[in-house]
Amino acid sequence: MRVPLSWLREYVELPAGVTGREVGEKLVRAGLEVETVEEAGAGMTGPLVVGKVLSYEPEPQKNGKTIRWCSLDIGKDEPQWVVCGASNFEVGDLVVVVLPGAVLPGGFAISARKTYGHVSNGMICSSAELGLGDDGTHGIVVLQPGEATPGDDAIELLGLRDDVLDIAVTPDRGYCLSIRGVAREAATAYGVELKDPAALTLTGSGEGGYPVRIDDAGACSVFVTRTVTGIDPKAPSPRWLQQRLVMSGMRPISIGVDVTNYVMLELGQPIHGYDKDRLSGDIGVRCASAGEKLMTLDDQTRELDPEDLLITDDSGPIGVAGVMGGASTEISESTTDVVIEAAHFDPIVIARSSRRHKLSSEASRRFEREVDPELPRYAAQRVADLLAELAGGTIEPDETVIDTHLLPKRITIRADHAARVAGAPISVDETVAHLTSVGCVVAKGNESGAVDGSAEMLTITPPSWRPDLRDPNDFAEEVIRLYGYDNVPSVLPKAPGGQGLTVSQRRRRRIATALVGAGLTEVVSYPFVGDADFDAMGLPADDPRRTTVKLVNPISDEEPSMQTTLLPTLLRTAERNVGRGSSDLAIFQTGLVFLPRPDAKPAPLPAVTQRPSDEEIQALYDALPDQPLHLGVVLTGARIPTGWWGKGQPSTWSDAVQVARTVTASVGVEAQLRNVELAPWHPGRCAEVSVDGKVIGHAGELHPKVCQAFGLPARSGAVELDLDALIAVGPQSVTAQPFSSYPVAKEDVALIVAAEVPAKDVEAALAEGAGELLESIRLFDLYTGEQIGEGKKSLAFALRFRAQDRTLTETEVAEARQAAVQVAVDRFQAVQRVG
Amino acid sequence: MSGPNKNYDPVEVTPLHADEVERTRDEALDAFAKAADLAALQEAKLAHLGDRSPIALANREIGALPPQGRKEAGQRIGSARKAINEAYAARLATLEAEHEERMLATERVDVTLPWHTPQLGARHPLSLISEQVADVFTALGWDVAEGPEVEAEWLNFDALNFQPDHPARQMQDTFFVEPAGSGTVLRTHTSPVQARSMLTRKPPIYVICPGRVFRTDELDATHTPVFYQVEGLVVDEGITLAHLKGTLDHFVVSMFGEGLEARLRPNFFPFTEPSAEVDLKCFVCRGASVGNPDRPCRTCGSEGWIEWGGCGVVNPRVLQACGIDTDRYSGFAFGMGLERTLMFRNGVEDMRDMVEGDVRFSRQFGMEI
Ligand SMILES: [Zn+2]
Repeated sequence: MRVPLSWLREYVELPAGVTGREVGEKLVRAGLEVETVEEAGAGMTGPLVVGKVLSYEPEPQKNGKTIRWCSLDIGKDEPQWVVCGASNFEVGDLVVVVLPGAVLPGGFAISARKTYGHVSNGMICSSAELGLGDDGTHGIVVLQPGEATPGDDAIELLGLRDDVLDIAVTPDRGYCLSIRGVAREAATAYGVELKDPAALTLTGSGEGGYPVRIDDAGACSVFVTRTVTGIDPKAPSPRWLQQRLVMSGMRPISIGVDVTNYVMLELGQPIHGYDKDRLSGDIGVRCASAGEKLMTLDDQTRELDPEDLLITDDSGPIGVAGVMGGASTEISESTTDVVIEAAHFDPIVIARSSRRHKLSSEASRRFEREVDPELPRYAAQRVADLLAELAGGTIEPDETVIDTHLLPKRITIRADHAARVAGAPISVDETVAHLTSVGCVVAKGNESGAVDGSAEMLTITPPSWRPDLRDPNDFAEEVIRLYGYDNVPSVLPKAPGGQGLTVSQRRRRRIATALVGAGLTEVVSYPFVGDADFDAMGLPADDPRRTTVKLVNPISDEEPSMQTTLLPTLLRTAERNVGRGSSDLAIFQTGLVFLPRPDAKPAPLPAVTQRPSDEEIQALYDALPDQPLHLGVVLTGARIPTGWWGKGQPSTWSDAVQVARTVTASVGVEAQLRNVELAPWHPGRCAEVSVDGKVIGHAGELHPKVCQAFGLPARSGAVELDLDALIAVGPQSVTAQPFSSYPVAKEDVALIVAAEVPAKDVEAALAEGAGELLESIRLFDLYTGEQIGEGKKSLAFALRFRAQDRTLTETEVAEARQAAVQVAVDRFQAVQRVG
Repeated sequence: MSGPNKNYDPVEVTPLHADEVERTRDEALDAFAKAADLAALQEAKLAHLGDRSPIALANREIGALPPQGRKEAGQRIGSARKAINEAYAARLATLEAEHEERMLATERVDVTLPWHTPQLGARHPLSLISEQVADVFTALGWDVAEGPEVEAEWLNFDALNFQPDHPARQMQDTFFVEPAGSGTVLRTHTSPVQARSMLTRKPPIYVICPGRVFRTDELDATHTPVFYQVEGLVVDEGITLAHLKGTLDHFVVSMFGEGLEARLRPNFFPFTEPSAEVDLKCFVCRGASVGNPDRPCRTCGSEGWIEWGGCGVVNPRVLQACGIDTDRYSGFAFGMGLERTLMFRNGVEDMRDMVEGDVRFSRQFGMEI
């Protein structure tokens, strides 16, 4: 809502000299969101005067233009001579002349200057040059005959200097979509009287106006028509009215339309004007029938829905109630008799129609937020008065008034309710005063006037323009905002002792810290993916990750799905980084993945008047996809760069697997690994990662095609782990074990086994055979080559033996070593390598 | 030094003469002092302390003296030998120290050289600030609550007093989940975690909920369809707007420094009544830039205050929808955008930097914000 300060001043006696900015600040403190205060014409200085064209000489120029060399009467003895490039004026027209020494908006200083062979002593101004915006004439501003006298100050005449407050009206403050509403707030803020612009003398008879029939009184509780005949459709809207519309962000069109818009802005009541001659029969208000169509004022044919509330006449629909009128009955340049409609519609009906037709109009925005149901008669009167005054119309005394609206609901609340909500000593008298100032009628005591128990009660009737005031807290808010939020004390509440972060929250932090310690950098990306991502990852057609949760209205039709894996967006992030020159990358991201439940039912919408039943709550949860927290990692380029220490090393599959080990170890869990084949990984270089027997993800080198598809260096690696699953198996607590102070005995074992036997399994066999004397075992060498034959590999392990209670004898150690080797021999046909 | 002793046989044993012993000692001391390095010192040691050194030979002559004279000669030789040994040890220590010093000096390196083990990576600042907020509130005894991102519409809207056709619900620019009518959406705010907290916990409830939320905005310098919020909720007996102010003041000080405070401006949110916008006293100029064109402040635009988030007293309708006794309990809630907080707190100028995943952005922060 754009509010010119000059308009506001008409209804509120603001202190003299107060600026728009100051008024804005006051209104902000009162709870209005004043987004900007425009200082229209700020910095503009005269002389800017009205001039009358005495003569002009067209002078064609070499550049193809024709300029006019004009003499103007500016109220002085001598005419003023100026050059003008426009041609939309005649001798005798009144124009706006800026004289040397003046400054136009934008700091444009005017001086006498030589141009086109003349000295131009100023210039004739266009709408844009005056800061009024483009008026569509492509020329200069021509005033109405008799509108002013040559020499008049045009700054004042045109209202060029004004402050305009732009207010974002919150949904509960529909009444502030009007000068009247904002004036009421300003009056309260400054503690001055409001001159209510709706306080008009009604001249209508209350009956016999243009006939109206309402079929759906629930959706239309008030409908008023007034008729004004014999207006001059060619009568121009007066400049002050046009100027206010422009300042308020609306375009002047014609007197009939301008007046209805003006009254809507002033009072907040949307008005529709019909050309009486184009109406046929009674006006009706009913819901649409299936298949009905209407061409609206914006020249679009709209398919109507049975829930749309229509305004009709004998020809059929002539408007979608409260949203937009139809083209067939609109006021035109030949309209002389106008039927004014001022009605009250149900906000929900209007909101739905507006949404359904994607049509948000000035009218619908107001009706959605509910308009004062007592306004229509006054608004219609105001339109009629203005049409009579400005366009020479005659107001018919006959008037149709259908009014079934309910009176605002009274409520009884504790007199100290606002004080209790605020935690501030707001007295009952203050409470009553603040409620009264917003328009409530307040009586002490409950409905019957009695005092209820210990608490003093107030019985409150909210004003008709505040449908949002329903609950005790709604009234408390009005009181507290006028009492001043700044006056409420600051008290830190004391929570009962907490237990800090949950185990899961702590472990997530630890994992991230471990990854950073291992040199990885955290990134974020959007969770939106599409089939192209899955194709690039090489996922087979039946891969479960292709079954996604989809959005009805995604940002991009290419990415309609919520991610089922973090890798596509992370790979794209890696690609972007590589493209920007960061080619040695180690990045990670944590985020939810969204796994649809095949049997999910729609989520219910339980009543909000009480806690949903346990079944309903369960149904809410069950309607949602599974959303486990995943970790994604991508490694590309060099893991060790080439440097003064020697040659660098690229990151390899084993770096990726090591990241998985780091992650599990950071929460006290050992990762179990085995080779598997899974896209997007290299079929021979993908580790399935399990903890506690449960698969939690994969790590390894990406498939060469995937690296190519995402523009990454060959042999880039990736990891994806389900962190929720990992965190769940972390230890509850760790019990310390005693460790031995006796000497350690070291033995090395080298075994030749088939190439495909996992080293981890051989290690496990040795450990199993070595028994409880084994303290630790570590693979320290891997060898393949001619010496041991094709299809074989040699694995060398360092074993450490130690007992809790004694120094081991050589025999004991030798026996344990032999037992270890024996299990490996039996299990894998391992051969001990000697030498 | 002893004079001639007439009491015993005056057998002359030259090496044991006092003068001779002194000379032998002095020669040894001199030789050690002159030894320039450890090798020379070893040579001198052999010459002056070895088996064939004058002092060793002299020692052997003691036996040739008559018993009366042995004691004196023994003492003389013993003290000379002690002096020689001490001189040797001292010289050895000096030369060894010199040697070590020279060795270490040759081993000097350039400590500014880089090394190849991975450098520390970095967290994303949105994670860091989420954790910082969580820490502020866990220190007050609050819990950190969480919820899913695909959320039931009822929890995202209805339970929070967003009525189905109310303009406030349309203003949220919601992503809807297929199929239409699934009753599920991408949560538009972290507020459904409020509803979940009230459904699963019993008052007193003190929770802070950081999380990712979604609205159908196009990405530009100040908007993103995916962003992070943090939301606080308290439900307890006797909770008032004053408690909300106290909590926000504490929060402001914790995040921005001592002496700062929050300011409330009336506003509208369906789930709170009364509702307010939270402004934060500018932590850069502390208001000094207001009306002071000579000292403009970029952080607050010389307004003295920075818009931070929304808050209010929990609307009793919300408590009611979550089954909380409104006669006994009241509450407050507040919420802030974390991207916005980073933008003004840490000088991030473009929203896109936060969502594009450029590692250079995270690396500026490392593990601290
Ligand atoms: Zn500042």
